[in-house]
Amino acid sequence: MRSSSSRACEGALAISPRNGGASADPGRREKAATDANRAIEAIWRIESARLIAGLARVVGDIGTAEELAQDALVAALEQWPSAGVPDRPGAWLMGTAKHRGIDMIRRRKTLERKHEEIGRDVERLQGGTDFDSATDDEFGDDLLGLIFMACHPVLSKEARVALTLRVLGGLTTEEIARAFLVPVSTIAQRIVRAKRTLAEAHVRFEVPGGAARVARLSSVLEVIYLIFNEGYSATAGKDWVRPALCEEALRLGRILAELTPSEPEVHGLVALMEIQASRLGARIGPSGEPVLLLDQDRARWDRLLIRRGLSALERAGSLGGALGPYALQAAIAACHARAATAAETDWPRMVALYDAAVQLAPSPVLELNRAVAVGMAFGPAAGLELVDALVHEPALDSYHLLPAVRGDLLRKLGRSEEARAEFERAASLTENVRERELLERRAADCAAEGITGRSPSDGVASRDRI
Amino acid sequence: MRVLIMAKEGNQSEAATPPTPEAMAAYQKFDEELVKAGVVLEAGRLHPSSQGKRVRFDGKKRTVIDGPFAETKELVAGYWLWQVRSIDEALEWLKRAPYDGGTFEIREVVEFEGM
Repeated sequence: MRSSSSRACEGALAISPRNGGASADPGRREKAATDANRAIEAIWRIESARLIAGLARVVGDIGTAEELAQDALVAALEQWPSAGVPDRPGAWLMGTAKHRGIDMIRRRKTLERKHEEIGRDVERLQGGTDFDSATDDEFGDDLLGLIFMACHPVLSKEARVALTLRVLGGLTTEEIARAFLVPVSTIAQRIVRAKRTLAEAHVRFEVPGGAARVARLSSVLEVIYLIFNEGYSATAGKDWVRPALCEEALRLGRILAELTPSEPEVHGLVALMEIQASRLGARIGPSGEPVLLLDQDRARWDRLLIRRGLSALERAGSLGGALGPYALQAAIAACHARAATAAETDWPRMVALYDAAVQLAPSPVLELNRAVAVGMAFGPAAGLELVDALVHEPALDSYHLLPAVRGDLLRKLGRSEEARAEFERAASLTENVRERELLERRAADCAAEGITGRSPSDGVASRDRI
Repeated sequence: MRVLIMAKEGNQSEAATPPTPEAMAAYQKFDEELVKAGVVLEAGRLHPSSQGKRVRFDGKKRTVIDGPFAETKELVAGYWLWQVRSIDEALEWLKRAPYDGGTFEIREVVEFEGM
């Protein structure tokens, strides 16, 4: 159940200024109220995850914890614009949320006439994490517990993503909907259902250990990488990349790496995202069109992110995780990052890394990427042979990159007409407008070559995509 | 967005005496909090301007000026690169820094040109 106040507060965050114009000096008062609202929004982004985490540990479920946190936010929106932002806003929000929690428990339990339970629950709420005295470790454990809960495998991928962005990223339902280009009601429902599923499955607020930890952690990493990928190559819509989602995923990854410093795969994932994100600025041409990896201006690659990525990869390796699935993909991305020019790319090393990745977790998409690397290392004919073996793979049935890669290899072999058909098929399969335009352009290039008989290998830069 | 924080610590940045252990501990605690929140991309401190140089450009002419530089209030003593979602978020973080003097400047870094 969501209280009406939490709905009101999302509106309040989105619409400012509030209550302006009533005073003798409306302009100044309006500005003060707007400034306070902007400060509250920023504080919410900083504090909300810790707040919800601390509350969830005490009350045991995300829904109630978020409701209490939102109530505290509404109180802040009512009081801070006139009273000023308190010195310790996080502690203020936590204190307020706990008061609301105690009231709520009393109300509910009185209705149910369970007086003996009231005392016990109120006591728990009065205890719990105290913002003034809590150590960083306590905060960290709470946050980790919240991450594991929001990414629990009992939830669908979509539900995990929405809930994670909401309770850990501090994003509003509207912001999540905008990022994923779906109606607000869809995300709202997804979140409500996710909370209900967690409650019905009696998912406990905990930091799992032992064998369970591996599986649960892999579910967390999957969610973070899904968020990243949605930003990195938007599956639908007119934008090719949505950097805000990449930044959100990177932030979650960096936080997780600090919370679980000895987990190699967490560093592997962070390495992968840092290195891929280093190319964000170079992946878009002047009019918003995609620029494929080997055509990118490497001077525009972000050296800071590359350096951060390589050091995270090193850390994964030093923890014995060089062969983890994310670390392997990061190592492949690092092959590009280390090459000063496209021609200097160490393709044979990349093929070896793909071999290891395929062995570890066979997947048709990995096989396809491996075929691209083989095509670069040992010639297009060798690559095409591998791609042809994947043509009837059901998992790649509507995957636009299969015909795109096949078209590219055919084109290099001078088989322009077949290549054109493949690019056209690829264009019809992608839902991203920018990517479709690129594929249609490549199909047109092939058609032109078919007429003139010009081979693409003379001087035309290779345009493979990995 | 990425922001650069320039720490203009005033006279303190030029002082030869290091900060007290208590102050150092407070700085470190704040730094750790920032790192744990996934905010810090890069951080560094600068040596006093007495070890610095300036190059002034005037047409084809280049004039090298040795430190120390006079305008102590404007001298950068350290920097952070932060990844934040808004200038307001950077402001909220910066207000929590355990400094009792100086001016800290927040500037957004230009990214994704052409977007």
